[in-house]
Amino acid sequence: MSKQGPGGKPKVTKSTVKTAKRLLGYVTSTYKIQFVLVLICILVSSLASISVSLSLKYLLDDFIIPLIGQKEPNFAELYRAITVLAIIFGCGVIATFSYTRLMVVIGQGVLKRVRDEMFEHMQTLPIRYFDQNTNGSIMSLYTNDTDTLRQMINQSIPQVLMSGLMIIVTFIAMIVLSPILTLLAVVVIFLMIIVARVIGGNSGKYFIHQQLDLANITGFVEERMNGQRVVKVFNHEKKSEQEFDALNEKLFESAANAHTFASIMGPVIGNIGNLQFVLTAVLGGFLSVMGIGNITLGVMASYLQFTKSFTQPFMQVAQQFNSIIMALAGAERIFNLLDEEPETDEGYVTLVNARKDENGEIVECKERTGMWAWKHPHQADGTITYTELKGDVRFFDMSFGYEPDHMVLHDLTLYAKPGQKLAFVGSTGAGKTTITNLINRFYDVQDGKIRYDGININKIKKADLRHSLGIVLQDTHLFTGTIKENIRYGKLDATDEEIYNAAKLAHADQFIRMLPQGYDTMLTGDGEELSQGQRQLLAIARAAIADPPVLILDEATSSIDTRTESIVQQGMDNLMKGRTVFVIAHRLSTIRNSNAIMVLEHGRIIERGDHEDLIKQKGTYYQLYTGKLELS
Amino acid sequence: MNRKLLQSVREYKKQAFLAPVLVVLEVLLEVLIPLLMANIIDVGIMNGDMNYIIKVGLLLVVMAMVSLFFGAKAGQVAAVAGAGYAKNLRHDIFYKIQDFSFGNIDHFSTSSLVTRLTTDITNVQMAFMFSIRMLARAPIMVVLSWIMTATISMKIACLMLVTIPILGGVLIFIAKKAHPHFIQVFDEYDVLNNTVQENVNAARVVKAYVREDHENEKFHKISQKVFDLFTRAEMIVAWNSPVMNFVMYTVVLLIVLIGGEDIVFGTMQTGELTSIMVYAMQILMSLMMVSFVFVMIMIAEASSDRIREVLEEVPEMEDAPDALTEVANGDIDFEHVDFSYAGEDGNLSLKDVSLHIKSGQVVGVIGGTGSAKSTLVQLIPRLYDVTRGCVKVGGQDVRKYNLEKLRDQVSMVLQKNVLFTGSIYENIRWGDENASNEEVQRVCKLAQADGFINEFPLKYNTMIVEGGNNVSGGQKQRLCIARALLKKPKILILDDSTSAVDTRTDALIRKAFREEIPDTTKIIIAQRISSVEDADMIIVMENGQINGVGTSEELLKTNAIYREVYESQVKGGEDHE
Repeated sequence: MSKQGPGGKPKVTKSTVKTAKRLLGYVTSTYKIQFVLVLICILVSSLASISVSLSLKYLLDDFIIPLIGQKEPNFAELYRAITVLAIIFGCGVIATFSYTRLMVVIGQGVLKRVRDEMFEHMQTLPIRYFDQNTNGSIMSLYTNDTDTLRQMINQSIPQVLMSGLMIIVTFIAMIVLSPILTLLAVVVIFLMIIVARVIGGNSGKYFIHQQLDLANITGFVEERMNGQRVVKVFNHEKKSEQEFDALNEKLFESAANAHTFASIMGPVIGNIGNLQFVLTAVLGGFLSVMGIGNITLGVMASYLQFTKSFTQPFMQVAQQFNSIIMALAGAERIFNLLDEEPETDEGYVTLVNARKDENGEIVECKERTGMWAWKHPHQADGTITYTELKGDVRFFDMSFGYEPDHMVLHDLTLYAKPGQKLAFVGSTGAGKTTITNLINRFYDVQDGKIRYDGININKIKKADLRHSLGIVLQDTHLFTGTIKENIRYGKLDATDEEIYNAAKLAHADQFIRMLPQGYDTMLTGDGEELSQGQRQLLAIARAAIADPPVLILDEATSSIDTRTESIVQQGMDNLMKGRTVFVIAHRLSTIRNSNAIMVLEHGRIIERGDHEDLIKQKGTYYQLYTGKLELS
Repeated sequence: MNRKLLQSVREYKKQAFLAPVLVVLEVLLEVLIPLLMANIIDVGIMNGDMNYIIKVGLLLVVMAMVSLFFGAKAGQVAAVAGAGYAKNLRHDIFYKIQDFSFGNIDHFSTSSLVTRLTTDITNVQMAFMFSIRMLARAPIMVVLSWIMTATISMKIACLMLVTIPILGGVLIFIAKKAHPHFIQVFDEYDVLNNTVQENVNAARVVKAYVREDHENEKFHKISQKVFDLFTRAEMIVAWNSPVMNFVMYTVVLLIVLIGGEDIVFGTMQTGELTSIMVYAMQILMSLMMVSFVFVMIMIAEASSDRIREVLEEVPEMEDAPDALTEVANGDIDFEHVDFSYAGEDGNLSLKDVSLHIKSGQVVGVIGGTGSAKSTLVQLIPRLYDVTRGCVKVGGQDVRKYNLEKLRDQVSMVLQKNVLFTGSIYENIRWGDENASNEEVQRVCKLAQADGFINEFPLKYNTMIVEGGNNVSGGQKQRLCIARALLKKPKILILDDSTSAVDTRTDALIRKAFREEIPDTTKIIIAQRISSVEDADMIIVMENGQINGVGTSEELLKTNAIYREVYESQVKGGEDHE
């Protein structure tokens, strides 16, 4: 990893090199031919631009000076030479034209591939990944890190390639002219590299400070913007401004320092170049006067010309150094995402359409029959058994912890027969939501078993398992799109008619029709336009249209007022009819009619039974129900 | 760049002006140094004159040092100016947002404001920094180099005089042409980021519905569009280099042609030709820089537009010059109030609401989702302005008060509660910065929060994390109530603020209100009948209108909605008590 801890300098380490190689792999694997063409074109283009300074001396010495003093100078030779030069230049222009266009395609193509791979891979990651990484840090991979990568591919790489070629060509020309003087040049180059590293290191350090300060200010602004209404209600504007100013001042300081160091790089390197010129002139002059090392005056003159054009590419490489290191650090974070282990799925039991044949046997069929079956191939003897999908869910001695040494659920045993309604009650952290995480296989049980229609759920393919479960979560998430599209999310091939019915079932139809565009109302930003309660109704409609045998309702009506809830309750009752339902609810009035209620505390079931039983027990449930205890 | 935004340079004007001056000095030296170099070659080396070489060489070293100084100083000053400008812009935006009313806040999403404060400002900062350096360097370099050329050969100077504007024009044309495409790219980028954000937020939904492929398909479409748009925009900019190259080479060839003939005919020296070549290169390089900065400015232009949107947003509420600063008492009157979030012509959320509440009364508000309960109470601390009619507090129209004073006296606990990163002390002190520890503890006792706070190991110094997610829902609500109480308001509004609190604690809070702050008008929005049952007056809201007003007893007789809610809740409980 390129160490970028607070205050550290960006360093080139083994893994930076590895990242660079991997990135190069992206370029060469998709755009092999184009990349080779780019290299060739850059070479041609550099040679053409070097020939500007090379040719001048050649033209002067061989074609112009001999003509001086002639009575009737014949320019034909000169014209011919210039024509040759024009052709070289022409090639240069074509090469430049070609490589700039190719680079656009390569750069954007690589970026597209990186983005697509990131997104696709992200979709395969387990929920654990999303629980462990903040949304902001995942987002920043797609924005900041991809942006710096774009800059590097588009600007830095061609720049560095070109400068590198210039340096090499010029260097060879210098060696040919005078090996001794080139020794001096090598010394100066080392000096330049050292200076560049010192300045670059300092600017890198401040750039990292700048990123940190930027992150701080972003965090602050995000929190305050989210709570801006509270700020207003409390007249806290002045105080917020003061706190903001302090963070802003810090960012200013690190930004000013970072850019100062970055922009003095040019003048420093450039003037070291000037210094080199003087040293070379003095040394060369001395040598040629003394007659050491075969240095003629003509050689000296040419050599000095090269010295002048030598520093320019160095300056450019040095200036690109920081952005390359920053981009590689970003690329490494991107690769870390791509290297995350995807959600594993060793399940082989699948869900298929089925019907009963004349003997009452379940047989698989292609068309939708409304009847579903689990297709269970047995590896041992090669037979296949079909089990009808009913929604029978049983837990056997199940224990689970998000971290191995911290168990959240202990030895849970319970069962829900098809069509039964099970409710979970308990305080925050008692493990209610964890149970739903496990049924869905967002996380896998460590100890004990969950059986679904008699099949161990670990054997069921995750996609098929999840198709058979409907879920309405505590936090409703909607997607940008129309209301219709959002409901259709539950069943992609649903007709409009089905959508209206689902909405009616969830009692969402009424408010949707009141909206100016009705079902075609566009939702943006997680449905900010709607009230929390309305969003929950949409989420219920979305689950209703999927029509699954098992339903999980995790605080699905927490934001709906009791009156609306009582209306929705009818719809919910319709929805729950004939399905196995797991309900988590804060409001106990909604779970009274459950077949069984489990009171959870610290991951254990402390009370179970139906409403009547539990009230009679006069235990925790009774206290909760009568409002004597607060659910925390 | 944008004139309105440039006003934010303020105290960094000195640096912003100094930078170009230093750059000009640096450029002067940069033009002189090649002259000296030419002299070293032409005079020193060619004649083998060591003394001359050393003498001029020393002069060159001195000049290089001075040039280094100017160059480095210019870089530093420009960096400070740029970073300072960015700082001021951030300051202005943030302060502006603090002036926003609730209506203004509704116009911008949190993420779009954050982007403006970060990415957009960084773009503007970079463009500004490069502008003040490059836009001074390029013209002066062009002019000086051209003058030097002119002293050697008027013919070539004239040739340049024709070429420079053409090239400059073409480069600017390219940049202008690319600009709208870049704006499109950024808009599509927003769409892409939004999709990613939704997928990250709703990872559970995507997985629960097994919609990974569906999302991938959606993403690929957007990703392809970004690729297409970006490629198109960059293809236009990609004309820059070949055009530059072409013009540069043409100029070189013409110089050699014209210069070559002049040399043959003895009107020009060979050294002079070399120098002209150098000057020509410097001119062309400068123009290249200009086009580079121009593209940068074009990109920043899109960002400045977004920043300006915030700065030019007109705060919907301004204090009257002779605003009242004293709220006489806790009387509240609504007189024929119509309200719409969308202004005059929008759908009415409140229709002809009239209401009179006496100071010190306890008022309950109930009603279904979307019945406009929150909308009703938000008008009291003037979070929004009425569309028609008027709302009076203490006998005066709320619009006549100084906003800060009004909100100090009308304390509201919002439905969407937010605590901030910081200790419990710090969070409660939002209500009154100067409150003593005892006062904080007193309001926490009133809000029935003192008990659980003392169970925390660090008690009142317990740190609250972002969003307040390390306390339970009921605890958070009680902290928010305590915070509102600390203001010692004349009117206290609880917008569904005890929904997660158990009924017993809820009752204790109301009891404390009645006993400890009897003169404060208390408005309680609730879904639980028990929270409002004992109020002096209960308002039943339905579809933005008042459906019934009265005590619980009266409403049970006269109001169908109230009766329905009452029965659905109270009956259930009675069965088993």
